[in-house]
Amino acid sequence: MIANYGFKDGSGDWYVTIDTGKCNGCGKCPKVCPAKILEVGPDEIDIFREESVAFVKHEERNKVRYSCAPCRPGYGEEPTPCARVCEPKAFSFSDGWIRLYGHK
Amino acid sequence: MPEVKTQEFWRWPETNWVNPDIDWKKGKLITAGVDVGSVSTQAVIMVDGELYAYGNTRTGSDSPNSARKGMGFTLEKTDMKIENIDYCIGTGYGRVNVPMAQQSITEISCHARGANFMYGPEVRTVMDMGGQDCKAILVDEKGKVLNFMMNDKCAAGTGRGMEVFADLIRVPIWEIGPRSFQIQKEPPMISSTCVVFAKSEVVGLLESGISANDIMAAYCSAMAHRIMELLNRLGVKEKFAITGGIAKNEGVVKRLEKELGIKTADLVWYKKEYADRGYPFDTQLAGGIGAALFGQVLLKMGKTKSARKT
Repeated sequence: MIANYGFKDGSGDWYVTIDTGKCNGCGKCPKVCPAKILEVGPDEIDIFREESVAFVKHEERNKVRYSCAPCRPGYGEEPTPCARVCEPKAFSFSDGWIRLYGHK
Repeated sequence: MPEVKTQEFWRWPETNWVNPDIDWKKGKLITAGVDVGSVSTQAVIMVDGELYAYGNTRTGSDSPNSARKGMGFTLEKTDMKIENIDYCIGTGYGRVNVPMAQQSITEISCHARGANFMYGPEVRTVMDMGGQDCKAILVDEKGKVLNFMMNDKCAAGTGRGMEVFADLIRVPIWEIGPRSFQIQKEPPMISSTCVVFAKSEVVGLLESGISANDIMAAYCSAMAHRIMELLNRLGVKEKFAITGGIAKNEGVVKRLEKELGIKTADLVWYKKEYADRGYPFDTQLAGGIGAALFGQVLLKMGKTKSARKT
């Protein structure tokens, strides 16, 4: 399942996308997230899934634009900390950050 | 002083219904789903996976009482009691505060499952137009979520936005859809996406003498456009079903179909016997139906035990 956490507003699309088919629930991403918006636990959408899965905390979903901006998703040279530690490469980001902050 | 007649134009009628063809006493598993949304609350009772009763009410100021009211309204026309229900699942915005529920499941899963039951397994895209949020969901043939996107940060394009608009323009909410087509030519859409600013834009249009029907058309197309923007990111696949209250507003739905170039699923039961017997089809039920169906599955799989008291 492709889980899009975030929002869309007049300024663009602000979504952290987690591919739960790839996520193995290893629990590394919440430890490295500087904004502490990630969590690993039971899958709340697919209630029949046995393994844990990473997701963005409920109360953080409407703030991802600001909490994720310091990690420069998509427009910095380095991948974000969460994407860097994720071995199955489950993380991706929408283009809001690139469009607004990405040009030099 | 003459008596001022007040009317609340946003007040949509509450409904409840009991299936006359089912004797619940003969049923093995009775499950319920209570969908406490931000604007409306639905309680759905299913007997062995068949729709038995539902009630659709307005959400009050707190979730527990809204859930009790919805369930009470549903049970009003039957002799079933809350104690007879095997398993009850809460869903929707207020899902953690449903007193009679044994478990809560997020409304994204429930709407996907419910739309699969209501519109049929060919449904691939579900758009839930809720009271204060909208969700775009891609599903497989079993109603499992493949991809979802939710927007609850902004009231633009939501049911509550339409209610506010109905009150402002003084037209009952169920008349907005049909009347938005009684126009000479399609007006430009309301340019503000924000409900608050759209409201002032509408007041301006009313003052400049533009007919109410034209303004309704302008508002409906603005809403259709908002929904389309959200859908575009996900990509729409047929069959495309809309659930939630806005699905009843043809002014929005038909304009959305035109913008997307895709027909939406007809508002009839996928189950032929339901359609033939004329069971009422209420697009707002999807969440509650999904929750009740999850209850059936969980009990059958032995993942949970019946909480039935009598």
